[in-house]
Amino acid sequence: MTLTVNPASPAVPPTPPPVVLTVQNLTVVYEVERPVTAVKNVSLELARGEILGLAGESGCGKTTLAYAINRLHKPPASIASGEITFHDKADGDLNLLTLGAEQLRMFRWDKLSMVFQGAMNALNPVTTVRAQLEDVLTTHRPEMKKAERRELAASVLQLVGVDRSRLASYAHELSGGMRQRVMIAMALLLEPQVMIMDEPTTALDVVVQREILREIVRLRDELNFAVIFITHDLPLLLEISDRIAIMLAGEIVEIDTATNIYRNPQHPYTKKLLGSFPSLTGERGSFIRSGVNNSAELS
Amino acid sequence: MTNLTPTTEPSIGDAPDQLAAVAGALGEKPRSALRAMLPTLTPWLVTGLTLIGLIALFGIVGPFFVQDPTVIRNIGLTAPSADHIMGTTQTGQDVFAQLAYATRGSLEIGLLVGVLATILSAFFGILGAYIGGFADEAFSLFSNVFLVIPGLPLVIVISGFVPPKQRGLWTIAVVLAITGWAASSRVLRAQTLSIRNRDYVNAARVSGERSFRVIAVEILPNLLPVLASQFVFAVIAAILAEAGLAFLGLGASNSSTLGTMLFYAQNGFALPLGAWWWFIPPGLIIALFGTGLSLINFSIDEIINPRLKNARLYRKRNKTALRNEAARLTSAARTGKTQRSAS
Amino acid sequence: MTSIEVTNLSKHFVLREGLKRNTLKAVDRVSFDLTPGRTVALVGESGSGKSTIARMLSRLEKPTSGQIKVTLDDGTQVGGSIYRRHVQMVFQDPFASLNPFHSIEHHIARPLVIHHRTKGREQTHERVLQMLERVNLTPAGDMAARRPHELSGGQRQRVAIARALAPGAQVLIADEPVSMLDVSIRLEVLNLMARLQREDNLAVLYITHDLATARHFSDEILVMFRGRIVERGPADDVILDPQHPYTKLLALAAPDPEQAGKVIATETTFDHKSFDNQSTFNHYTREWTSADGEVLERV
Repeated sequence: MTLTVNPASPAVPPTPPPVVLTVQNLTVVYEVERPVTAVKNVSLELARGEILGLAGESGCGKTTLAYAINRLHKPPASIASGEITFHDKADGDLNLLTLGAEQLRMFRWDKLSMVFQGAMNALNPVTTVRAQLEDVLTTHRPEMKKAERRELAASVLQLVGVDRSRLASYAHELSGGMRQRVMIAMALLLEPQVMIMDEPTTALDVVVQREILREIVRLRDELNFAVIFITHDLPLLLEISDRIAIMLAGEIVEIDTATNIYRNPQHPYTKKLLGSFPSLTGERGSFIRSGVNNSAELS
Repeated sequence: MTNLTPTTEPSIGDAPDQLAAVAGALGEKPRSALRAMLPTLTPWLVTGLTLIGLIALFGIVGPFFVQDPTVIRNIGLTAPSADHIMGTTQTGQDVFAQLAYATRGSLEIGLLVGVLATILSAFFGILGAYIGGFADEAFSLFSNVFLVIPGLPLVIVISGFVPPKQRGLWTIAVVLAITGWAASSRVLRAQTLSIRNRDYVNAARVSGERSFRVIAVEILPNLLPVLASQFVFAVIAAILAEAGLAFLGLGASNSSTLGTMLFYAQNGFALPLGAWWWFIPPGLIIALFGTGLSLINFSIDEIINPRLKNARLYRKRNKTALRNEAARLTSAARTGKTQRSAS
Repeated sequence: MTSIEVTNLSKHFVLREGLKRNTLKAVDRVSFDLTPGRTVALVGESGSGKSTIARMLSRLEKPTSGQIKVTLDDGTQVGGSIYRRHVQMVFQDPFASLNPFHSIEHHIARPLVIHHRTKGREQTHERVLQMLERVNLTPAGDMAARRPHELSGGQRQRVAIARALAPGAQVLIADEPVSMLDVSIRLEVLNLMARLQREDNLAVLYITHDLATARHFSDEILVMFRGRIVERGPADDVILDPQHPYTKLLALAAPDPEQAGKVIATETTFDHKSFDNQSTFNHYTREWTSADGEVLERV
């Protein structure tokens, strides 16, 4: 330890929130005849308890990125270069790319869980919600007693706003919003530190979507897990995320706080995306609709 | 109404699109719709086509070159020789000549039944499903009834009922077609129901297309691979069923088929007498023909469900991708470890 | 010019569950007018009956009761086979609405031929190219020869629009025309529709679940809820000053970056399915009316 103090450093540096996940220069390539780089040199840091929005259009690589982070990508996709480090609360740093199959299995869901696109259709139609929740626990928490499993499943379900009487239900007996909540409960079950959500509300109606979003934000506040929220719906991200990354053709072209992205976008693509969503209560944006003259009422 | 998740059910309606995607991934030039529906030339397909081609050629051309199969000689049951390359029957008829005519007869029956059964199944399956409502219910019930009728016994009863003199090729073909179309019709109905509710069919209706054109131009092309596969299957089934019937002595009276050959071989005690040249050739031709058509059918299956094709195309590539990544990851781990130990 | 008058349109589906028979009123006594040069937006969640209205207007479905009256400028009524010359539809999913087996030319040429808009092959081909250019698909010759899978979603939807306009239709039913498209091209397609509407003085029914585009793209908004129109009025009035509790909820639930943080703030836990769908608020007359047209209350 050296006692010399660097005079240039600020007196009290603001303590940055501890980072839970670091992605460095990640490149994912689809090794087809002419290899396609789906994710190009992406670097990002995810702070504990942060909601990071990942916005982009279909084919921009956002889903590939999410899958690669969890090493769920399927061939022909392959990670060509980069590093993914998980900073575990208890065990310290984990290099995700060097985990073996068994370690990876233990890591997934336990530390980092995922809510997939169209996940509400991913529930098994022939077993009850309880059986599916408890199944996760028997796999990852084999030491748990049956009564404990039951209790935990019920309490997590209640946490996401589903009555515990629904434990005995089958998937088809639940509405779309309810099924999505069950999926979130399943992702929450092991109290992961990071949750990746890939278009979790796209197939839902706005009213239900709003309820789910509120639930996610509330749970985040309560349990302090970090969320990577992937969607093409930028206004939605602006409302719920702390920071937003804009992806275009495999690259993150801009990453900033939600307010900055909204008030002061830098990249032309960000501006274009923002302009694509006319505001509900505000101006028309890039809507051209002359010939009908009620523009006076608008301003 | 936002449902961005695509349906995962593979369906024939998606086939052209998916095939095009596969072609695109391979860097092939976009081809016409019909070309995209042609199967790729795999070894299996080549084997199948060769088998069918040779047998068909034999059936078509053979009878012009062989001896008269009906001539009776007093050299019963002689083994293959230069004069009779496949030997003779009990009554001294040339087996090779008989085989040529019999192959032609079986092919005729097969083709006839294939066409008839395909037309019947297309009519009841596609039309009923497209019209919907009462017509669908009625057609569906009708094909269900035919589906549960036990085929062979019915065929035996009908063939036995028709006096042998009138029991010609056509009678047998019609009987086989009537008992064989129902299963295909069910499949076609299901596919049509799925395609009928697609937006492009609705859009054609909104455009003002007449029902006939909607079926013929918008729906039918997308069903072609299914129809082709069903036709091939119907041909196999017909040749086998006819062989069975003829073996029981209920075959066509006015034409010789591979089945009638086997029937006469059985009656002439070919097996106990060890006259293998009499029953093996027709049996082998039936088996090879069935094999050939099945191999062709596998290739058609790849068109109906492009995932099979995808699977074949991507399996190799995926393996390479996996291997590359594994190699990269282990090397990264090794360097990571050395770095860690160094620091 | 063609206008449509819809009066008391209803569609009931009979659901059979064992021996029980239930009637689902998918659309229940709905009335509205479509007039040249105006866009009417029909908004609501999935299952509210808005697509059923589109299907009835495009004669894919027979109404249980009620009238659809199409009138030309000179007062003649349109019916029978020429109905389709006047009323055309753009479908939601551009990936499903073009037959993968046929070329783009086929899709636009067919309506031209069916409705005797052109004579002979050459004239038809020329008109197809003109139509493609009108929807900004250039080079038209190249586009005409392509097949659907070689086009992007936005391009496909342009083809669908060209096909709808090919018979010379004056009334356009657009059922969620942009909801399946990437966000950055949604506005392009909507702007294209607005331009064509201006040029041809079309009457447009814009069906959507997106309140923001409904507000900016249309003159009048009809809010549908469980088969009934529960609120109607000028676009801005309905969105900025909603009266029916369901409309209020919808407006509240729509993402709006102007009001970031709204997610957590609003408590919308009440069950919106319990709302009454029998009374309608009309912004033009400022009246609440019952399903039978009786005035309940004046505001």
